[in-house]
Amino acid sequence: MSADRSLRRLIASSGPVPGRMVLGIALGAAAFGSGVALIATASWLIARASQMPPVLTLAVAVAAVRLFGIARPVLRYLERLVSHDAVLRMVAGFRAGVYERLVPLAPARLGRRHRGDVLSGLVNDVDSVGDLHLRVLEPAAIAALVSAGCVGFVAALLPSAAAVLGAGLLVAGVVAPVAGARAARRTTAELAPLRARLSAAVVDLLAGAPDLIAAGAADRTLAQIDRRDAELTRVARRAAWASGLGSGLAVLAAGASVWGSAVVAAPAVNHGRLSGVTLAVVVLLPLAAFEALSPLPGSAVLLTQIRGAARRLFGLLDEPAAVREPATPVALPPGPWPIVLRHVDARWTPAGPPVLCGLDLTLRPGDHVAITGASGSGKSTLAAVLLRFLDPEAGSTALLGGVDIRELAGRDVRRVIGCVSSDAHVFASDLRENLRLARPDAPDAELVAALRRARLGDWYASLPAGLATWLGEGGALVSGGERVRIALARVLLSGQPVLVLDEPTEGLDSATATAVIADLLEATAQRTVLLLGHRPEGLELVDRTYRLVDGQLVADRPATGSRASTDPANSLVPPTEFEPATPGLGAAK
Amino acid sequence: MSAVDRRLLQYASASRRYVAVAASIAVGSAALVVVSAFAISELVVGPFQHHASLAELRGPLIVLALAVTARAGLAWGAQVAAHRASADVKSQLRRGLLAQVVRLGPAWLAGRPTGDLAVRATYGTDAIDGYFARYLPALAAAAVVPVIVVGTVLSQDLVAGLIILGTLPLIPFFAVLIGRGTERATRRQWRTLVVLGGHFLDVVRGLPTLLLFGRADAQGDSIRRRADEHRRATMRTLRVAFLSSAALEFVGTISVALVAVSVGLRLLDGSLDLRTGLVVLILAPEAYWPIREAGAQFHASAEGVAAAESTFAVLQTPVPRPAGGVRVDVARATIRVEGVSVRYDDRPSVACPDLTVRPGEYVGVAGPSGCGKTTLLWLLLGFLTPATGRVVIDGPHGRIELADADPEHWRAQLAWVPQDPWLAPASIADNVRLGRPDAEPAAVTEALRLAHATEFVDALPDGAATLLGENGAGLSAGQRQRIAVARAFLRDAPLVLLDEATAHLDARSEAAVADAVRALARDRTVIAVAHRPALLDGSARLVHFGAAQAAV
Repeated sequence: MSADRSLRRLIASSGPVPGRMVLGIALGAAAFGSGVALIATASWLIARASQMPPVLTLAVAVAAVRLFGIARPVLRYLERLVSHDAVLRMVAGFRAGVYERLVPLAPARLGRRHRGDVLSGLVNDVDSVGDLHLRVLEPAAIAALVSAGCVGFVAALLPSAAAVLGAGLLVAGVVAPVAGARAARRTTAELAPLRARLSAAVVDLLAGAPDLIAAGAADRTLAQIDRRDAELTRVARRAAWASGLGSGLAVLAAGASVWGSAVVAAPAVNHGRLSGVTLAVVVLLPLAAFEALSPLPGSAVLLTQIRGAARRLFGLLDEPAAVREPATPVALPPGPWPIVLRHVDARWTPAGPPVLCGLDLTLRPGDHVAITGASGSGKSTLAAVLLRFLDPEAGSTALLGGVDIRELAGRDVRRVIGCVSSDAHVFASDLRENLRLARPDAPDAELVAALRRARLGDWYASLPAGLATWLGEGGALVSGGERVRIALARVLLSGQPVLVLDEPTEGLDSATATAVIADLLEATAQRTVLLLGHRPEGLELVDRTYRLVDGQLVADRPATGSRASTDPANSLVPPTEFEPATPGLGAAK
Repeated sequence: MSAVDRRLLQYASASRRYVAVAASIAVGSAALVVVSAFAISELVVGPFQHHASLAELRGPLIVLALAVTARAGLAWGAQVAAHRASADVKSQLRRGLLAQVVRLGPAWLAGRPTGDLAVRATYGTDAIDGYFARYLPALAAAAVVPVIVVGTVLSQDLVAGLIILGTLPLIPFFAVLIGRGTERATRRQWRTLVVLGGHFLDVVRGLPTLLLFGRADAQGDSIRRRADEHRRATMRTLRVAFLSSAALEFVGTISVALVAVSVGLRLLDGSLDLRTGLVVLILAPEAYWPIREAGAQFHASAEGVAAAESTFAVLQTPVPRPAGGVRVDVARATIRVEGVSVRYDDRPSVACPDLTVRPGEYVGVAGPSGCGKTTLLWLLLGFLTPATGRVVIDGPHGRIELADADPEHWRAQLAWVPQDPWLAPASIADNVRLGRPDAEPAAVTEALRLAHATEFVDALPDGAATLLGENGAGLSAGQRQRIAVARAFLRDAPLVLLDEATAHLDARSEAAVADAVRALARDRTVIAVAHRPALLDGSARLVHFGAAQAAV
């Protein structure tokens, strides 16, 4: 979709322009108008006073000057309050609308890697609708109204001066901002490849630092980075010439308007078409008229960014849902719920590579089964199929309690199949709410019992505010191990009889991981459990183990005493170990 | 806090030069404003009072045209200077940052997300643009323009000058007063604002979790409700926050009104002439806006400095210990590790077992993971300095502590094969040449042969000239390891450090590399860390490290 269509859609989807916004624009125009009127009446007052008329003839002008002097800041204050209020209301509605469209896309379409970054970006893009109204559309509307007012007023005094002023306003308000934004866009585009090259060199230096320093090659690499840096800086310095063009042009237009007004007004006075007093108004008014235009260069640059945000946002929202919910779902069969997968093919996008190819798996009630596989082998895809976050391809058989999973409502499937993973979200709320989302009517005693069964009893006892302890953003820090256990406590509360443990120990050190797995399997002993992981922990605790290779399951040896214990060194990890993390891991990911 | 961040001036000399440029531009602009004011008033007074024709107005018209053009040029030049300074400053900060990272070394880098650091170094400092393009020019204008303008007004009309002089200080006064109120109000609401403001992101991030428990559909209303609460809390803060700029504006506009009325009344009784009156009216607003503008751009300053904050933090990190300058001859030295413990950041310190390695010895070090094997190699590489104890180089030149040795010279005598070697995105040959960039192609081929890498390298389409992807993408772990071993052969250093050098190899290549390493060990000192037997079999001496002990 083109950027301009996205922008129009962004404007359209933020709803009709509310009355408050219009009021804000009116107040803003009145405020800047007062600023112009202050200078205009003051010029008239001074010019008229120089003719030494009776003092009473100036009384109205004196009052008007003072009035405009007060009105300008007061109206501007009101305008800012009204328009911020209006925009915050608008953003609230837009957020809710976007959220409702995100639900069918989650989680399959929200990115599988760096999902946190994708979502933060998404939220920023959503909020750019506020910027669009507050910092682009409103200032533009105000500038247009004030400019029209000024030109109209001057036209009544001297049409030729109005033409001069109008031309100046057009250059400063349209040409200069557009030129500035274009230069900024070109600079960004020109610098992008150079920055990417520099960034790659920097990543190499940081990732390879130990090897480079040991080999005495760090200085050479630094010198290479310096060359790329110099190239980037040289281009950025050259681009600076274009960056100032817009502001120079705006200043020139404003000054030229005053100059041009004087040039057309002076002969008009001599020909008697303009009085000397109004001459002062005509020449001095342009000094104030350009103030309303000052936010426009910034708005123009911002608009480019908002365009990008709109394109990203609608690009995501327009993705097809990963799951087709049945029009009339089959009722959930009564338990128990064996799971049978036959020849299951699955891929994340219709055009993407198949991740599961003819996978067969049977989970009888009470089975504890583990599947290992390298990252990217399809473990998460399998979890998504089971949780009905992803439809398997046509020709696959996926039965839950004997019913095709695709004929069941997603909600119903997830009433039976739960998931514990290391990326379980801890909400910025108190512990009680974080647990109750699994079962809204659970009494406190059951919440605490679930925490104990998830081996969070000691942690819970250490919390000063108990269940009212604030977690997540701005609250108590939750470690990786605690996060998994909170996820476990949730599924214990909601009571799904089938659990997928999706890489529950990802990111945990191996001592914690071993303890977490043992606790997970013990607490879920009565349920059907599918453990997915790439590490060997816990494999000796399940009934069967498989490896996921090329989209299919390969049975391992019987689990008793299998792989985990071959190397005692692996499990011997004292908490005080010093193992420098492999540099480069962060960069490589 | 000072108006210009001191660290910026300290770490980026280009910013010092730019401050001077911005100040000169501000002086120039102010002078042009004054000149324009006189010209404009002449253009009104001439036709009004003397019926001057355009020809008679040629003087002020030319002056105004020149002044306007010059002002536009300065406005352009100010932006050009700002963006150039910003480019220079970002470059200086970047280069300073990277040089400092190399000085701090691998021990500091370990555990830090390098990708994040790289992004910050390349893209993170962009907000500095605003600092240079908006805040500093506004600050310079605020410092210069009011002085010149008020001086001119005072020289033209004492009364108007005194009015401006009397009201001008109200601006900083109000700014501070209301600024404090805003800060209090914001602090009171901070928690509410953070929680409510982050709610949407929180819900969106938690969407998969909500779906798992069938709670996703219930959130639309809650988003609307929380956003509404957020709006109300924000508006409470904004009502106070906007007061400050409103008050500043009020001082400016009401003072202009006062000046205009005072001038008008004095024109009435003839104590002032029109030309002066107009000059004063044109100049009066110019005294106020720069200060207001500087206040308005203050957030650009905060953003700019915040962007550089993480860079400053790295630049201010003390380098553990200045490098020594003693040159030692590794080939004839005995290395002793005596009572060493290391401390990494704020983790508890870890003891490294004592060890003595004589010249030409082949020492195998074994032990469970976490016992300090890698720590030992990092100590010898100079990546870590002992918190207690010392590493002593005992040779013909006497007993030298490793910390006193010249690190470049010392490392030039080491070859290191790490557990997970890093490969540059360059050709295989260049990777082998990493420690000896001037090596002949024949020497590279020989090193690859000794490392048992010839077979797979020759099978590649371009052989040793094959370009590798990001960190050796396209090669298996074993192949990467063999390139690292070839590196060590080519390096031809008297001391070889092997860290699980055969960890990723299959049995056949492991045996081959072990043979190669034994060949390498001839005439050299080798310390080989491994917990697999192949490399340790050939060792003249095997040392077992126990589990790590926390040193208290």
